[in-house]
Amino acid sequence: MPDRILLMVNERPLSVERGTSVAAAMMMTGTHCRISVGGEPRAPLCGMGICFECRAIVNGCLHARTCQMVCEPGMEVHSQ
Amino acid sequence: MISTCDAVIIGAGIVGTACAYELAREGLCVAIVERDIIGGGATAAGMGHIVVMDDSPAQLALTQYSQSLWSALSASLPANVEYDRCGTLWIAADDEEMSEVRRKHSLYASANVPTEILDSQALFEAEPNLRQPLAGALLVPSDAVLYPPCVAAHLITRAEQKGATLVQGKTAINAKEGTVHLDDGTTISAACIVHATGASATSLLPDLPIKKRKGHLLITDRYPGFVRHQLVELGYLKSAHSVTSDSVAFNVQPRRTGQLLIGSSRQYGAEDSAIDHEILESMLKRACEYLPTIGNLSTIRAWTGFRAATPDKLPLIGPTEDPSVYLATGHEGLGITTSLATARLLADSLLKRKTAIPLEPYLPARFAVEAAHA
Amino acid sequence: MRESFDILVVGAGPAGIAAATRAAESGMRVGLLDDNLGPGGQIWRGSDSTSSPIATGWYNRLAAHPITKLQGSRIFSHPVLGALRAEKNNSYFDIEYKKLILATGARERFLPFPGWTLPNVLGVGGLQALVKSGLPIEGKRIVVAGSGPLLLAVAAYLGKHGARIATICEQAPFSKLSKFATSLVTNPDKLEQAITYRWQTRSARFYTSCWPVAAYGPSGKLESVTLRKGGREWTVPCDYLACGFHLVPNTELAELLGCKISSGNVDVNEWQETSIPDIYCAGEPTGIGGLELSLVEGEIAGYAASKQTEAARALHSKRSRLRKFAEKLESTFALNPALSQLPQQDTIVCRCEDVSFAAMAQHSSWRAAKLQTRCGMGPCQGRVCGPAAEFLFHWSAASIRPPVFPAPLSGLAASSTQREAQLHTT
Repeated sequence: MPDRILLMVNERPLSVERGTSVAAAMMMTGTHCRISVGGEPRAPLCGMGICFECRAIVNGCLHARTCQMVCEPGMEVHSQ
Repeated sequence: MISTCDAVIIGAGIVGTACAYELAREGLCVAIVERDIIGGGATAAGMGHIVVMDDSPAQLALTQYSQSLWSALSASLPANVEYDRCGTLWIAADDEEMSEVRRKHSLYASANVPTEILDSQALFEAEPNLRQPLAGALLVPSDAVLYPPCVAAHLITRAEQKGATLVQGKTAINAKEGTVHLDDGTTISAACIVHATGASATSLLPDLPIKKRKGHLLITDRYPGFVRHQLVELGYLKSAHSVTSDSVAFNVQPRRTGQLLIGSSRQYGAEDSAIDHEILESMLKRACEYLPTIGNLSTIRAWTGFRAATPDKLPLIGPTEDPSVYLATGHEGLGITTSLATARLLADSLLKRKTAIPLEPYLPARFAVEAAHA
Repeated sequence: MRESFDILVVGAGPAGIAAATRAAESGMRVGLLDDNLGPGGQIWRGSDSTSSPIATGWYNRLAAHPITKLQGSRIFSHPVLGALRAEKNNSYFDIEYKKLILATGARERFLPFPGWTLPNVLGVGGLQALVKSGLPIEGKRIVVAGSGPLLLAVAAYLGKHGARIATICEQAPFSKLSKFATSLVTNPDKLEQAITYRWQTRSARFYTSCWPVAAYGPSGKLESVTLRKGGREWTVPCDYLACGFHLVPNTELAELLGCKISSGNVDVNEWQETSIPDIYCAGEPTGIGGLELSLVEGEIAGYAASKQTEAARALHSKRSRLRKFAEKLESTFALNPALSQLPQQDTIVCRCEDVSFAAMAQHSSWRAAKLQTRCGMGPCQGRVCGPAAEFLFHWSAASIRPPVFPAPLSGLAASSTQREAQLHTT
């Protein structure tokens, strides 16, 4: 099993170590996870799945809590 | 601390606050007593749907009148009220329901409420997430949705600007014969006392023919555009019509936030505000039957509320045997819709003016007469 | 899908692991459920469990028993007596139990200040969790701020992973901290640990009575933090701000089940049993008290639920001793009221719905604020803004309803199989 995997974050390829969370991957690219109701860029806060700030679109699904998801090869992640 | 005024309104829900504003606007000295938070009862729990309904000619008249009042008021409502004239789609699942659509179409036309009949294809284009095939729907474009707690707060503010006084945090323990006794020992004397107490009306007036009708609601996370109109199945009318049994009906509202508000359920005899999982499950299964992909949406909160139901599904508006006591209660699931008309009718009744629609069907005396004959 | 256990333990942090292990020693069928992808909760998250002998010991004990582990699963509803419903990968399943042990742990308390919503401002445990799940911080400048034992522990951890810790700011005063440190003399392991952490972070400035007053990020993410200590304010450029003000117990599931809550903690008797028979609670939800107390409470709950009463009783005195430590924790890290002055009028308090301090401050109760501003009505269900509002406005939170955690609608629509069975027999 390869140590690194490739996924797409906001249409750009990113390679990460196997086991990296999607939230960590998004932070690595320097992009926000979501835009708040008032238009602010937001990124992970609690790291444990309760704040919902890390929500992004993963493989087409809205509101995915990225800090609770592990990166998978070919995954498509978009800021929401 | 106010001790005398022209009118005291008990209850600052949507009906009470609408009455406070209307009476204050007429130049009356108004006090409104609220024991808890503004709009904290059924006003907070319900759907905020402004809808014309025709369970009876009197209901049609009242909802149509009130909907036009909302329309006139809408331009001056603040943004947090989230008024949205998204319209209602009454969904017909089969041919039988489609003939009901046609019947409603003519009836509403005769009441000057424009509607449009959508066939199966047109319905699909209007709401792609509905299951296919459905027979069609009746579109009522003048129906709207809003967020009731903020409306109630807004109406109170406007009433206060016209000189009304809000007495908050005190409970009325007695309110008749021209005097309201509050739980802190103080009293307010008034020529007229308006009970706008909703599902709790029988606390102060035990003989009122009002029963609590529990409802469940659920709200989802934000999915803008999933649904564009308030969607209601025609079976809703049967559910709302029944006076005895528990029932659920498909009823989904798009909020301005992009969240979906999902109802509806009706239960008699349930006094406990806890979620009843059987009813909730039944209600949500019904929603899934009409919107097959709704099951995937993330839900944030479920809650319950109590409607104030009368035996004939019409509210109690107007004078009672006690010359100082007026009622503005018993609105069941139409409190939001008919609050403005209720306030107008109440004001007209108080000031002995001609009402825009006949007041007789809503007069409290209709039940007293029955009781006398019983 | 349906699972069935004699004893279900909710939460696989230290308390849950201890409870499940001891319960399983009785031979009863035990399930251990957790939202994360692996056991350990927050404190033993990820691979670092092997570096702690206590953790390793417990993992070995856990592995010695046939306990069913339900990972990546989050309880959201209690549809019938004796069953809970959990969400996993956007689908749901029911779990039947005869007895329940709630070991739902704690979360960080976040307090709002200008700029706290900027990307790269995280919690203290939050940043550690992100690093444990792959975020590289080699060479990054980090300010660690807020309150509690987590600050030093996490700063040391981050430093070990190559970060440059610029400053550590603890809001508690030096007098309280030194009193706390002296009291650790009776707890030599803890004292040694604290000293080790401080040694590991020796290149960082450590301030007491110090807190962040604003975070700046004109570029759209964090660039610097302004700190205040007494009358002095200064600005520190940084890549990350890890800021959290100690912990609050996760009592939501206990509340949903109807357990009595006092002063924000789940009430339990000497057997860790709640006010609801056959429902036990162990660890932080009974009162924030740290790792060792969580472990012993978990053991007692596990023994008591499986009727190993003598084994449970034997741990009572250890628990009393550790509860004293918990009391010291609470008083040492009590929040300075000055922190309630941090938010400006336009500082966001509810992040889900972007509700400002000014909008919330107009109201006199949590419920009124919720209805009028929608604060607490977003997906976090008040987990972030609730404790903040409680501290800022002295409001107490309202009642809990299902779903106790956001869940797919299909999960609330499905009848429980128990109920379906009943329907079929009538």
